[in-house]
Amino acid sequence: MAYDLEFEKPLAELEKKISALQRKGDRLKPDELVQLQEHERELRQKTEDIYKHLTTWQTVSVARHKDRPYSADYIRLMCDDFFELRGDRSFGDDHAIMAGPAKIDQQTVMLVCHQKGRDMKERQFRNLGMPHPEGYRKAQRLMKQAEKFKMPIVTLMDASGASPGLVDEERGQAEAIASSLYLMPRLRVPIISTIIGEGGSGGALAIGVADRVLMLENSIYMVAAPEAAATIMWRDSAHASYAAENMRISARELLPLGLIDEILPEPLGGAHRNYKQMTATLKEAILRNLAEVSALSTDEMLERRYQKFRKMGAFGNLEAQTLAGSI
Amino acid sequence: MAKEAAVPLTRQVASHGEEKPARPSVGNIAVKCPKCKEILYNRDVEKNLKVCSRCNYHFRLTAYERIDLLADPGSFTEMDTDIISIDPLQFTAFPPSYSDQRTYTDKLTAEREKTGLKEGVITGHATIETKPLTLAIMDFHFMGGSMGSAVGEKITRAIESAITHQTPMFITTTSGGARMQEGLFSLMQLAKISAALAKLGEAHLPYIVLLTDPTTGGVSASFAMQGDITIAEPGALICFTGPRVIEQFMHIKLPEGTVNSEFALQHGMIDAITHRRDLRQTLGRILRLYA
Repeated sequence: MAYDLEFEKPLAELEKKISALQRKGDRLKPDELVQLQEHERELRQKTEDIYKHLTTWQTVSVARHKDRPYSADYIRLMCDDFFELRGDRSFGDDHAIMAGPAKIDQQTVMLVCHQKGRDMKERQFRNLGMPHPEGYRKAQRLMKQAEKFKMPIVTLMDASGASPGLVDEERGQAEAIASSLYLMPRLRVPIISTIIGEGGSGGALAIGVADRVLMLENSIYMVAAPEAAATIMWRDSAHASYAAENMRISARELLPLGLIDEILPEPLGGAHRNYKQMTATLKEAILRNLAEVSALSTDEMLERRYQKFRKMGAFGNLEAQTLAGSI
Repeated sequence: MAKEAAVPLTRQVASHGEEKPARPSVGNIAVKCPKCKEILYNRDVEKNLKVCSRCNYHFRLTAYERIDLLADPGSFTEMDTDIISIDPLQFTAFPPSYSDQRTYTDKLTAEREKTGLKEGVITGHATIETKPLTLAIMDFHFMGGSMGSAVGEKITRAIESAITHQTPMFITTTSGGARMQEGLFSLMQLAKISAALAKLGEAHLPYIVLLTDPTTGGVSASFAMQGDITIAEPGALICFTGPRVIEQFMHIKLPEGTVNSEFALQHGMIDAITHRRDLRQTLGRILRLYA
């Protein structure tokens, strides 16, 4: 897999040298072999260095990488079985949300996931991963079903936001998201959510009011996509990088603020470099968190879920000038 | 329907002992209606509950004006007056080309001075036509009614207070959405308020929401659309994605007034559109029906 992001240029050059040497195969001279090993070591070292010090805006490009594993990839690698259920039973089926019961390690869970498209055709089919209202209503239908059959809910979040078209307004995008936010806090089964790429605005949160919120190392979670935030604040989406840097949207910035529960480390150079390793990390984390939450009584679980979101916020007190809330 | 005499809106504002908040485009003597461009005398507009006498355009009200309009005189007691916003993310870097280089903290101070408010929502208890209820009234004049942690906290506390006091909850929305300067903290207020409203619902207490111009973004996608009874003022902009964002991302131009109260009613998103002069009466009727 090529290094194709702007900040990966030094890595791409090294990779070029390495592949040139590798092409020689058996004709490789002893000193060239040493050189090859040297380059490979340097590549690993540099990748580690660069990825350890990614700026927020660089993280955005990794989170949106065209080869980044999407929900369907994790489902394929993580689940023994998955039966996709479709449609909201009142308008249609949305392709940006993929959901249904799945077996993970002998346990049946209800999966509710955002799904982006890989190529042009699929991207169009999935509406760039931006759900229409019927997507959220499908999610609600299946989350209620999960409650009925006492299946834990596992959600994978990967959407830059809800679909912002006029048809979405007509079908009640605001109401669809609002209903999800109203439903999730009271669902009597454990909910584990993971942001695998982009978690953007209410469109992501609508499947993210969970007992545990996990984030892949290079994913982002934000009140609005940087482009949208820049449009709102400065009337120009070209200032997106400023919005991204200011809004603290990367996993390592959000964890200390108490807004997420855990960061899942990615393979060297990003999740897209090793699907299997990433899936193993994700699976382990989901099962571990699920076991912890399942150990609580239902009432205790609901109270903790309520308190978890209740505590989120940072505000001041006029008289005392002291800070309250989660920081 | 009996037309009640207009209630002068300045009555209780004075009793709060605060200066009247400044409003955009309102001059000393006359004001131009943004919709029909008619020049109206301020005096007449005030008398007409800030509604254009020619085209029925509803001017935006401040939170205290709204409370004066709806609550029984003298019945309102404010709560959580000391909660203010802080800058949790140190939001300080701006695009160099952008003219306004004030930090979020500076902006907050300026907004407090400009509006005389401490935050974009006023909460408390009151009675409407003698029926007690808990209210949260948003104010667009404070940073576009945007919702950050302080707004979210005040509204959540009000809802919890409604549960404690076993009263119906009433919220008036007017907001551009989540406050970008507080990043993910703002988004989480949607979850926090929604969870509190779900608790209110479990306590079998009615939640009435009044949507006013504008109700967009995160506010529309949460407590604005979770009401048991949802009313809107005429001609209010009501949508999830604001027209400016739709236009920049979908590369289309929306005709004026595409996504407003009438659109929401037509598409089954709200229960009624109520003229400002009938609001108090309508709320009274609802409160009696759900008592």
